Amino acid sequence: MNNDLKARIASLLEEQQEMLLSEWAQELQAQGRQQGAISDKDLKQQCKEFLTLFRDAVQGEEGGKGENLRNMLGNLARSRAENGFTPTETATFVFSFKKPLYTVLHKEFSKDSNTLIEVIWGVNQSLDRLGLYTTEVTQSAREEVIRRQQQDMLELSTPVVSLAEGILALPLIGTLDSARTQVVMESLLQTIVTTGSTVAIIDITGVPTVDTLVAQHLLKTVTAARLMGADCIISGIRPQIAQTIVHLGVELGNVITKATLASAFKIALDMQGMKISRVAPVGAMTSKA
Amino acid sequence: MPRLATKKILTTVIIKTETLPVMAEHDVVKARQMVRQWASEIGLSLVDQTKIITAASELARNMVIYGGGGTMEIQSLEQYGRRGVKLVFEDKGPGIADITQALKDGFTTGSGMGLGLGGAKRLSNEFEIESTPGQGTRIMIARWK
Repeated sequence: MNNDLKARIASLLEEQQEMLLSEWAQELQAQGRQQGAISDKDLKQQCKEFLTLFRDAVQGEEGGKGENLRNMLGNLARSRAENGFTPTETATFVFSFKKPLYTVLHKEFSKDSNTLIEVIWGVNQSLDRLGLYTTEVTQSAREEVIRRQQQDMLELSTPVVSLAEGILALPLIGTLDSARTQVVMESLLQTIVTTGSTVAIIDITGVPTVDTLVAQHLLKTVTAARLMGADCIISGIRPQIAQTIVHLGVELGNVITKATLASAFKIALDMQGMKISRVAPVGAMTSKA
Repeated sequence: MPRLATKKILTTVIIKTETLPVMAEHDVVKARQMVRQWASEIGLSLVDQTKIITAASELARNMVIYGGGGTMEIQSLEQYGRRGVKLVFEDKGPGIADITQALKDGFTTGSGMGLGLGGAKRLSNEFEIESTPGQGTRIMIARWK
């Protein structure tokens, strides 16, 4: 398309603005109810902004002014993705502008079919690109959310809890890969320092598979904790895990292991010189008095 | 008295089969989950399930670390009236120079414990390994009910 044509389209967009907007609004309504929620006022505002920026882009040189339009669509796609719009619905916002625009172009260039085809083809291409761009932005916004959640899970899934004075517990749940082990080890060692604990119970009840890599990670964690002056007890070793560890030939060395967290806690209390004892229930004491 | 026709059934019936690409650490997790599902489907006991899952985990990880990635073919099958899971791990990596040495406990060319390959053998009912240096490695394991 030469610059004259572009200028003609731009002025056409300017002159017919009201008509285009109302036709477009009708077109959007015709698409039926959308899953996401947006007020009519906001939608009108978005249409108007798009039209203005689209006109600027048609008028201006390639690149330069087109950036504003893409930025606007990018923000629109991101906010729509957050508000529950499907990618199709977001892309339809752009595609539904085709019909009113083509009607206007058709009226203007009806006498010269060659020009009409050229104009429609050019406009069609850029609108398609813009529509696909919104889909791309929606997708990357979602990927961003997934990445953030993965990161959150990494942190959330490795809590170090204090059971009693000087006794820590680390209940592990899920797959223990290298990245998680690193987080686990760091948070355990850090908590050993801040609480001055001398016993740490690592509970693997929630770890479905203990292979040589997991075993190696556990042993490294135990060794590191020992260097910091804390003894480790590994608990939650289920029968099938015990048999598997034997077949693998993994030596747990002089690490204390227990079947349940409860028995590990008991050992830990012994090591600390503490004990749990049963006393008369509070209720019984008051009734005597 | 009519003689009964005694026909020995020696066939192996493949119930189903699937191939999973194993290229990175997260594929090892996927492989484990798949083996867990298939093993529980054919009714392996919890101990047997855990054994084959752990063996699969070792071999899949070996492929990722040493073999540059490969594929895991999983089959549930019936042979002589018993059911089982068969796994074939195949990569086009550098291969294993000395298989006897690689199977020895404590031997590793990497930073692991050197127990994975031998461990996988001990955890399985059947174990076959073929490797050609420069061409790749193929390991088959099976666990029967």
